Amino acid sequence: MKQLLTFIKKEFYHILRDRRSMLVLLGLPIVQLLIFGFAITTETRNCNIAILDNSKDEATQNIISRIESSTYFDIERTLSSNDQIENAFKTGRIKLAIVFQSNFQNDLLHTNKTQMQIITDASDPNQANTLANYVSAIVKDYQQELNQNKELPYTINTEIRMLYNPQLKGEYSSVPGVMGMILLLISAMMTSISIVKEKEIGTMEVLLVSPMKPSIVIISKVIPYFIVSLINVITILLISNFVFGIPIQGSFILLSLITVIYIICSLALGILISTVTSSQQAAMIISLMGLMLPVVMLSGYAFPIANMPLILQIISNVIPAKWYIIMVKDVMIKGIGLFEIWQELLIIIGMTSFFLVLSIKRFKVRLQ
Amino acid sequence: MRTLFFLLRKEFLQILRNKLMIRMIIALPVVQLIILPNAANYEMKNINMSIVDHDHSEYSRQLINKFTSSGYFQLTDVSETYKDALVVVEEDKADLIVEIPQGFERDLIRDNKSKIMIVANAINGQASGLSVSYANSIIQDFNSEVRVEWIKPPRVNPQPIIEITTRNWFNPKMNYKYFMVPGVLVLLVTLVGFLLTAINIVKEKEDGTIEQLNVSPIKKYQFILGKLIPFWIIGNIVLSIGFGISYIVYGIVPVGNPLLIYLFAAIYLIALLGFGLLVSTFAETQQQAMFISYFFMTVFILLSGLFAPIENMPGWARILAYMNPVSYFIDVMRMIVLKGSGFTDILPNLGIISLFAIGFNTLAIFNYKKTV
Repeated sequence: MKQLLTFIKKEFYHILRDRRSMLVLLGLPIVQLLIFGFAITTETRNCNIAILDNSKDEATQNIISRIESSTYFDIERTLSSNDQIENAFKTGRIKLAIVFQSNFQNDLLHTNKTQMQIITDASDPNQANTLANYVSAIVKDYQQELNQNKELPYTINTEIRMLYNPQLKGEYSSVPGVMGMILLLISAMMTSISIVKEKEIGTMEVLLVSPMKPSIVIISKVIPYFIVSLINVITILLISNFVFGIPIQGSFILLSLITVIYIICSLALGILISTVTSSQQAAMIISLMGLMLPVVMLSGYAFPIANMPLILQIISNVIPAKWYIIMVKDVMIKGIGLFEIWQELLIIIGMTSFFLVLSIKRFKVRLQ
Repeated sequence: MRTLFFLLRKEFLQILRNKLMIRMIIALPVVQLIILPNAANYEMKNINMSIVDHDHSEYSRQLINKFTSSGYFQLTDVSETYKDALVVVEEDKADLIVEIPQGFERDLIRDNKSKIMIVANAINGQASGLSVSYANSIIQDFNSEVRVEWIKPPRVNPQPIIEITTRNWFNPKMNYKYFMVPGVLVLLVTLVGFLLTAINIVKEKEDGTIEQLNVSPIKKYQFILGKLIPFWIIGNIVLSIGFGISYIVYGIVPVGNPLLIYLFAAIYLIALLGFGLLVSTFAETQQQAMFISYFFMTVFILLSGLFAPIENMPGWARILAYMNPVSYFIDVMRMIVLKGSGFTDILPNLGIISLFAIGFNTLAIFNYKKTV
């Protein structure tokens, strides 16, 4: 026991000595959460558009000024002919163009029917759809005013209720997501690197010939990072409570329990990575390149899993972050208890044991 | 020139000797480019829904049918009461509840008016917004069918109508993969190039071999070039493999001139590797270099415009995004691959990335001291 303590102390010295890394390890979750909370929004604002008004009458002026005064659009340029549209898109600055046919108002008044065209930059289909819908809504408003808001017969009204997150804040999904990602990446990266480093410098040999058991060596390497991860969790929860106003609905103890198990799982993954690599470079490429994008994209954090093709839905099951994020959402936001999440918890525990057993099997006491 | 040649040979030997590394540098991007863009899909399909039908009428049945046959919704639960349905949402078995009140059909016909409740699990705000709007449009559709059934439409349009036609340029099929693949490719090239350079010089420091290089008559710029060129080549190889995959797997052929992409990539890689070197000169250990790169990579990726359009961001974030070299490459990539933009169109981006390249490399050379 005393040996273990001395060892842990040594590891702590190693970490604390390196101020820059500490700064990154403790600061990154804050930066990432703030970027996600405030910068990554799907709300459309100030989108550059172009207008080609072939009619230039009262009706088109009215619609244009409505579009201009909405917060969604900035009219970046006014075009004078069809040939200019393509160029306006190609320089990349406009996302949408609106074309009014000639005699717009004339047709509207005399034939009760007139036409306009929306051209979107569909290279981003998602945004293109949203923007086109906004324009249609503005035009529909105008049209409705022309019709003097007559109520139609046989109308089905809908009442909409948004559960858990009535203001549709993005933070409700990004806080659990950032937790899942940061804990996994930092823990896996830190452990794998620090173990491989001993191999690379040759100090691992010294440790292995010492009377310490290999398991103690590994445990003492892992504990400091475990503590760093816990500090990160606390920072994230504090920010989410005080900056974003998302309190923990469920049991704090349960949330801590699943978080501790998840951290152990990530550390175990780090140990496993360290047993298959022999250089820090390789460990880093695996843990950064191999984990970063898959965790962001397949954990259900950036994109809903239900929308993915079946094969990816199956692959997403092997990503520990997926299960952790589900549990955090359940406990933190929905406020439900252990009884509903035991399956996910069991999966994480299973993964942890798998990583550990595999690492023990692969761990070589003798170096070549 | 001869010195540089020898340095390059040494670097290449070191890289090629490490078989595991080579395999990972090639395999990881390939696998990820094949898998990841498929995950990125904002189009909602198969939203799990629960129905609470208190009416059990002809109309309520028709409406439920409309939901299930739309392709957007999947009926995973039928509950007797709203409370039961809420439990189903809590268990994550449904994300949307549609409650049809008792007397729905009767009210609609007699009182001209009826009400339906839509309840969504809004933890993921964006997804729930979309699913509610799908549900709404299905109900509207149903509504107009009911109207047509009861009202004979007059011959001439009594009310003014503005017809809106929408045309989607550059990606008429609205294929989200066309949008994601070029962006993901940029990220992969960036990750490979940046990570490799960032830890490279530090490794020499840690191993102590940098002292030997320092006492040799190698000039600073030769040393930097010797480090830069191999990774520059690797970056271009990864990019080319990526184009191969986008063609074979996704059928994406750049509309514009591919040589323009390579021209931009050439300068972009110089800028990126310069930044990697700069990190490398600051860090003392590989671990440190790695954490610093991890920090910058996360911020670069999040603010690259891949996951959320830059113009939607608040002012401070937009400024950060404009200081992010990755966002310029993603922009150019999409412009050339999807829109077929030409040289003059990408000129502003080219200019800015050149400034990045000059700036980072000057700083890196300046900051690399030949003393330890």
